[in-house]
Amino acid sequence: MGFDAKWTELPSVQRRFLFFSAAAAIVFLLLGLRLWYLQVISYGEYQERSVRNRTRVLSLDAPRGPIYDRYGQLLVDNRPSFQISVMRQDVEDQQLLLQHLSELLKIELPVLEERWKDGRRFPIYRPVPLATDVPRDVMERVQEHGVELPGVLTEVRPVRDYLEKGSAAHLVGYLGEITENELVDEKYEGYQAGDFVGKIALEKTFEAYLHGEKGRRLVEVDVKGKLLRQLQTEAARPGNKVYLTLDRELQRAADVAFGDQSGAAIALDIKSGDILAMVSRPTFDPALFARGIASEEWASLLKDSRHPLQNKVIAGQYPPGSTFKMVVALAAMREGVASRFREIDCKGDFVIGGMRFRCWKKAGHGKTDLKKALRESCDVWFYQVGLELGIDKLSAAAKEFGLGEPVGYPLPGEKRGVIPTREWKRARFNLPWYAGETVNASIGQGFVLATPIQLAVMTAAMANGGKVLTPQLIERIEDWQGNILLQPEVEVVRQVDYSAAAWQAIKGGMVAVVNEPRGTGRVAQLDQVVVAGKTGTSQVVRRKTDEEEESDEGGDSPYRFRPHALFIAFAPADDPKVAVAVVVEHGQHGGSAAGPVARSILEKYFSLQQQRVENN
Amino acid sequence: MFDRRLVVNFDWILLLTVCSLAGIGILNLYSATANWQFASTPIYMKQLIWLGGGLALVLLICCFDYRHLEHFSILAYIITIGMLSSVLLLGKTSMGATRWLNLGFFNLQPSEVIKIVMILLLARTFGRTALPEGYSMADLWRPALLLLLPVGLILKQPDLGTALMLIFISMSMLLFAGVQNKTLLGLFILGGVAVVLGWFGLHDYQRERIQTFLNPEADPLGSGYHIIQSKIAVGSGGFFGKGFLQGTQSQLSFLPERHTDFAFSVFAEEWGFVGCSLLLLGYLFLVVWGIYIARHAADRFGMFLAIGVTAMIFWHIVVNLGMVNGLLPVVGVPLPLFSYGGTSMVTTMVGIGLLMNVSMRRFMF
Repeated sequence: MGFDAKWTELPSVQRRFLFFSAAAAIVFLLLGLRLWYLQVISYGEYQERSVRNRTRVLSLDAPRGPIYDRYGQLLVDNRPSFQISVMRQDVEDQQLLLQHLSELLKIELPVLEERWKDGRRFPIYRPVPLATDVPRDVMERVQEHGVELPGVLTEVRPVRDYLEKGSAAHLVGYLGEITENELVDEKYEGYQAGDFVGKIALEKTFEAYLHGEKGRRLVEVDVKGKLLRQLQTEAARPGNKVYLTLDRELQRAADVAFGDQSGAAIALDIKSGDILAMVSRPTFDPALFARGIASEEWASLLKDSRHPLQNKVIAGQYPPGSTFKMVVALAAMREGVASRFREIDCKGDFVIGGMRFRCWKKAGHGKTDLKKALRESCDVWFYQVGLELGIDKLSAAAKEFGLGEPVGYPLPGEKRGVIPTREWKRARFNLPWYAGETVNASIGQGFVLATPIQLAVMTAAMANGGKVLTPQLIERIEDWQGNILLQPEVEVVRQVDYSAAAWQAIKGGMVAVVNEPRGTGRVAQLDQVVVAGKTGTSQVVRRKTDEEEESDEGGDSPYRFRPHALFIAFAPADDPKVAVAVVVEHGQHGGSAAGPVARSILEKYFSLQQQRVENN
Repeated sequence: MFDRRLVVNFDWILLLTVCSLAGIGILNLYSATANWQFASTPIYMKQLIWLGGGLALVLLICCFDYRHLEHFSILAYIITIGMLSSVLLLGKTSMGATRWLNLGFFNLQPSEVIKIVMILLLARTFGRTALPEGYSMADLWRPALLLLLPVGLILKQPDLGTALMLIFISMSMLLFAGVQNKTLLGLFILGGVAVVLGWFGLHDYQRERIQTFLNPEADPLGSGYHIIQSKIAVGSGGFFGKGFLQGTQSQLSFLPERHTDFAFSVFAEEWGFVGCSLLLLGYLFLVVWGIYIARHAADRFGMFLAIGVTAMIFWHIVVNLGMVNGLLPVVGVPLPLFSYGGTSMVTTMVGIGLLMNVSMRRFMF
């Protein structure tokens, strides 16, 4: 420590304390002098600038990225809209101003007052919107009266333009004003109150790609807030271009074919998994949301018992009914339970454990092999084979095809459906599995539920030799320089293996459904190509007893009790390209209600292909 | 066990100074954010909570003898360098820079930790080796390497402000330890070369900021906006200021970042030259008191520790005030005890705690 003392006591070291203190004081003195210069000597100049400091940074909305179909046809764009807003800090007499505006805009005074109050959420330097999307003549009228309207701004803002209206609305989604919760979310860094963001589906999931970058405008305004001059502009950067896998023409055709019925339809490219068309009905107009939806409209959408806001392609869960039968047949052939030549005598019903299960055809189909069972959709054949196969193998085969699990649709909201197993039932109801339930599951009834997209993926796998594909929705995302930012690749989730003979038997049966006499799906027959398909009619409630049915001839039971109509198909049968799944809610019969929709989609698909070949 | 002298020697003056400055700071934050809508806790309340936590930290640091830190400093240095490296590998990116390490409950900024650790390590080195005739160039290569390693890592983040801060603090401590005249000259030449080379190594946005500083009016909308608006705020404050909550620049939201880096501009606008002078005197007193504590420290480690902490506080004040008054480029350095921010508060309070620790144990030998 002696060394310490010596060094510290050196006069030169002792002087350093003083020197450092003095240096600090001098630096602070310099800072003080600078403050003196700014605050006392230059006070006049800065004082004036602060009074005059009416330079404002106005943000310029970035147009959201446009959305195209796979061939570059515009689906969603932006259009300019006029907005009347007001800078609160520049308004002297609020009441007078609002009265004046009320006359010009033809908006009732209380409404304007409400919007003014609502605008207090914004920082004081942000203009408060009073009227959005006003017609040009109204905007011009307001501009003419500019002198009497201090603080009022007319702004041009891009607003989302959904060119296809409600078509594909469920996959595109809609916009809404950013909420307080979203504002504090890291994901929305840089957003301000009053901004519009994607609320569901594509608009939400791809927000980061679509929203673009705001521009800024530095303007000088006078003390009354009237714009004097523009000082500088930084243009907004529009959002990136999203190309969907959809084909606009096919989408339109599917929409027309579906008409006013409720339900869902989807067309998949069987090699790539690209979603070519996707219909969910009823639908809604996303434009309603583009600049704020009225609460009555919102309530009526929510209350509608036909669920217009639900994307039924991915979230509608239906008993697949007879469209499930191919899975049972394939599993039975693989497990050696039944070959395609197995004949079962259908007498119209099937009894096990005292329970009677009926075939849809009361008179029975007589001697039936697999092809006939598919063609005429005989239930008894599948009851027998399914029962012998057992629920464990049946469920395993179904899951291989992607049923009972989300198929990986790239946007959120997908439901998983149900493929029941012993464990599932034990966990769900704490009950053992009964043989009768296997019988029911064999025709896609009972606990079995599937979404239309699952059925489409299954159908595609049956057409392409067992490749279970992830459905794709995004063809690519591109910036404005043409750089590709995202381009999903074909994704094979699983290869399902069956013998060539088994695939052939299934295909043969499905071709017979559409093309042979007595096939249940003859309505889907096309002239130019051979379609393979399968109908399905799935019970919403327990199948009626004979007595009830006697008293209910004609099938005009209440809408909500009517069975769903299903149809799945792929074509051309010898070189498959496209798979289709259609569900018409409460459509009664698969053949008559869903079949024509599938037919229209397929017909359009092939005529479009023809056209495109000719055009090239 | 607990020495009575510690209580007797508790440095009330230091505590009072710190609390007064922080108190004014919180009052100022109240004004700076008066027209904000808060979803949850207002900024000034949060800062008050941070201050409370900071004071608790000061007391905690006082509880053990600072001399234990001397042995701990090398280990701490190694750990912090490890954290700085991992920040580059797996840190959280915000606004283009990667500075944070997510520890689950909070985000740690290792570039702040290194300031304190560097002070400890240099206090140890200089405390053991200071020479009456001063250091020569040859004595300094080891401390220089110890400094350049973290500086390099921080520049990589990139965070020019913190890197410079680290260099300033270390240089202050070195000058205090004493160098030979020719070494001093050598250091100047090296510094000059580094500045020239550094210019080419800067990120575009950093170079832009320096150019903006030289001519802010060239880009009034972009990076010049901060400086111009800040100068207008300060200048229009005049001699007596516009009054509490009356600053038009800040209340009308022309002033950006007015609760963090530009908090002083709000104060200057509302309290004028008079208020600013008093605040400056307060800060100057804090710095001089730090040097006073160093002078009366019980050992050389304690002395250099106090000098290091004081230098840290001093440079933060000077760079921040230089920045908001348009004397220095905008480098994003907060004003200690004044700008909003938990990180800055914790670093400052750890420093104050160390000062307090040295001050309390000045008669311990």
